[in-house]
Amino acid sequence: MNIDGILNGYVIDHITAGKAMLIYRHLRLDKLDCSVAIIKNAKSQRMGRKDIIKIDELIPIDLEILGYIDPSVTVNIIRDGALADKKHLALPERVVNVIHCKNPRCITQIEQEIEHVFVLADREKGVYRCHYCEVPHKSEEKFEV
Amino acid sequence: MRHMLDITDWSIEEINGLMDTADDIIAHPEKYTHAMENKKIATLFYEPSTRTRLSFEAAMIELGGHVLGFSEASSSSASKGESVSDTVRTVGCYADIIAMRHPKEGAPTVAAKFSPVPIINAGDGGHNHPTQTLADLLTIRREKGRLDKLVVGMCGDLQFGRTVHSLMSAMSRYPGIRFVLISPEELRIPAYLRENMRKLGVSLMEVEKLEDVIGTLDILYMTRVQRERFFNEADYVRLKDSYILDPEKLAFARKDLTVLHPLPRVNEISHAVDNDPRACYFKQVLYGKYMREALILRLLEAKA
Repeated sequence: MNIDGILNGYVIDHITAGKAMLIYRHLRLDKLDCSVAIIKNAKSQRMGRKDIIKIDELIPIDLEILGYIDPSVTVNIIRDGALADKKHLALPERVVNVIHCKNPRCITQIEQEIEHVFVLADREKGVYRCHYCEVPHKSEEKFEV
Repeated sequence: MRHMLDITDWSIEEINGLMDTADDIIAHPEKYTHAMENKKIATLFYEPSTRTRLSFEAAMIELGGHVLGFSEASSSSASKGESVSDTVRTVGCYADIIAMRHPKEGAPTVAAKFSPVPIINAGDGGHNHPTQTLADLLTIRREKGRLDKLVVGMCGDLQFGRTVHSLMSAMSRYPGIRFVLISPEELRIPAYLRENMRKLGVSLMEVEKLEDVIGTLDILYMTRVQRERFFNEADYVRLKDSYILDPEKLAFARKDLTVLHPLPRVNEISHAVDNDPRACYFKQVLYGKYMREALILRLLEAKA
């Protein structure tokens, strides 16, 4: 992928193949006026196949949500046409108001106006627990908001 | 400000301190009869409970304090749709400390976030019931003289029993604890708890029948196995008697076994066992009240 095409913006690289649209949706990239490019199934030596998103503006990006959706991504920050910074992400320790607890007995099902907080319980397995009821949420469920 | 939401939020030293206070209350009750004079506990019980609510109320009265509250959601503003956060902010204007039972898991955690006074979790759904665990720990320490180097049998429904999970989490912090888990296969402890025990290096043995292991135990913690928890009727019929403690099974137990049960029981401990000196479940109720006294003292001292 050539990053020269961006003057000021991001190249979100090493996205697990198939997750680009999920990131597009969660980062609300559809609300932007600037150019956004999604490349699906690009060849990658490291990953076999990967997705890439290019954003042609330095908008605020929630790296916690991004790390939660796909901890394997690399965020390249481009300023004045050059690579200014490179961030490798990881699963965040906490995610707030990204997912909701599915436990029907959890207080979050009835209490209005409280934050939905999940705490990382097992980094290896990508398991989070609800801060309130501690019910685990498996990685395959974690994108269903 | 401290709260009691989950037993593992409190260190072993703090729990031991509570037990020391409870021992002192038992030995010298007269020292504590005015300890909470002019203080009030609000017992906010969104679902019925005989034992726990009365235990908190008796504890506060014995400390010289006063009690207010409700014993079911229908007699509170919750029936009008008031949130937990608003309720505790309101009740916190009237009371010095709140004990809350709520059917929704995590409700006391929400309460603690908004409350101006300490919150005690008096049971939140199938999640936590830390003051029951305090009662269990004090009973074991008073009966055995220690909380380490014990073989602890947990019998019955180990999957859904919140008291089992809390007690295992609390006791696994003491050295030399071995758990013998006695349950049908479908009611074994949850995977996360087994994993926690494995990480802590705690010895676990899982068996199906109480009679196979009762002779090896220092502590036997009984819980109820409900018929509807079984996947098939044949297994229920085959195993149901294995989870009922009666004098015949007790005959194979050690003379110094301590039998505990969080109560209420249905039929899992035969009434014929009640007069056996090893049956300690009613002492456990009494000790629960003393531990709640110790906890109220500690939380209100901590607040001051």
